[in-house]
Amino acid sequence: MDFYLTALLQGLCFSAMALGIYISMKIFNIPDITTNGSYTLGGAITGIMLTQHQSTYVILPIVVFAGAVAGALTGIITTKLRVNALLAGILVMTALHSVNLIIMGRSNLPLISTSSLFAMLHIATDSNHNTFWILSVFVIIITGMIGYLLKTDFGIAMRATGNSESMIRALGVDTDRMKIIGLALANALTALSGYLIVQFQAFADINMGEAIVIIGLGSVIIAESFINWFSITNVWIILILVLIGAILFQLVLAVTLAVGVDPNLLSLATSAFVLLIVTLPRLSFNKAS
Amino acid sequence: MIAINDIHKVFNKGKANQVNAVNGITLQIKNEEFLVIVGSNGSGKTTLLNLVAGSVLPDKGSIIIDDNDVTKLADYKRGQWIARVFQNPMSGTASDLSILDNFRLAAIRTSPKGLSIGINDKFKREVKDKIATLGMGLENKTEQSMGTLSGGQRQALTLLMSVMDSCKVLLLDEPTAALDPRSADIVMRTADKLISDFKLTAILITHNLKDAYNYGTRIIQMAEGLVINDLGHDQKAALKQNDLFDWFA
Repeated sequence: MDFYLTALLQGLCFSAMALGIYISMKIFNIPDITTNGSYTLGGAITGIMLTQHQSTYVILPIVVFAGAVAGALTGIITTKLRVNALLAGILVMTALHSVNLIIMGRSNLPLISTSSLFAMLHIATDSNHNTFWILSVFVIIITGMIGYLLKTDFGIAMRATGNSESMIRALGVDTDRMKIIGLALANALTALSGYLIVQFQAFADINMGEAIVIIGLGSVIIAESFINWFSITNVWIILILVLIGAILFQLVLAVTLAVGVDPNLLSLATSAFVLLIVTLPRLSFNKAS
Repeated sequence: MIAINDIHKVFNKGKANQVNAVNGITLQIKNEEFLVIVGSNGSGKTTLLNLVAGSVLPDKGSIIIDDNDVTKLADYKRGQWIARVFQNPMSGTASDLSILDNFRLAAIRTSPKGLSIGINDKFKREVKDKIATLGMGLENKTEQSMGTLSGGQRQALTLLMSVMDSCKVLLLDEPTAALDPRSADIVMRTADKLISDFKLTAILITHNLKDAYNYGTRIIQMAEGLVINDLGHDQKAALKQNDLFDWFA
């Protein structure tokens, strides 16, 4: 049972990133893979600052800011320098690898005797349950903030930017600025996942972000399947589905491992799983027509 | 008033596919004038409209709107004066957003989009009342996404959206080109009514000579990036529909 609880907790850690990917991919229609770098960036900053006995509350805003800067850079490269968004993301992600190495000083940082967000508060006696409650509160606050943002005038303008650029420019919105802010927001959320997972796993690793974007994409795609099936337009339900997507994704991976799939094949299984979710609605659709 | 002074625009300059889209047009458009532009494909109509809107910046010349030199001003900054209706109904509205969301953005076209929730009950009622004036039965569908509507419905709503916030200039780039005759008629009537009700200065590009004949207070014909015919209010009123067909003979 603990095995699945761990998967659930990981899913909660990744839900911030899933929301980030939802913003960049679904709201802004930008395939942003800065994610791999900004996730590790969040983890690297958290790791190094925890080893220097900084408070987790001090680390949080720094991680958010660093992630936002990384995202804004991708945004500036793609809007102002007119570089393809995918390439811009790859460039920043690659550059971040060096930045992360410099921040960490080495490729792996164990966090054995350091404090963490999950050791600060004691809500439940069992440490996993304690982590669950803290993460849940954390995720609820973030989801609440994003949900509110999307409901505001600014949020509507954000959603229109990815949907009809000509319209929103005619309505007086600087779409370049909007995209930069959107990518900054998305990567701030991604860095937040790095912050959470490093404290949860008690180590930071330079390769922790490798192919992490697929987890975010997978989560969003699971959510999207539900959104399309039930034609959901309510922002709150959509965000909750993204969270469910992030958790489901981890649970599926846990099941994959539990049934005895070689851990070396996990990446292969992950890709196959995402491919399956993407094509499943289309396959059943074809049959119907 | 819109003053266009000796405006030039060349695309792909110096290349084999160079296009001299607009070749030195000077045009004064008075307040509350409804200017209709006709001309063959490639005559520079849309480029001229884009120059006024700011989606294309000129190589030479200047554009003044209400005593403000907007020649180098980006399109989104001209939103304080200009509202647009595009040829493609998709371009003027955001299909994944609800009708209400679309109208909210239009209602704050000239102001910054802030971090407060602007869609409240009062706003919802206001939008419903406005939409009801179209008589299309859309007032009870405001929560529906724009994408579920037909092209004609979307164009009519786009027109209505343009007067949600203070608006001086309305640019219509073949707004009915993608519509069936009945929808086209509704859209043109709505446009004409809004232009006179809100005392707008309007520019309409059209290939429909019947519309060009029926609507507007002034008509110009463009060819190869120049104005070759320009009829003011009285001359246009005296114009016969057949004369207009002769322009293209």
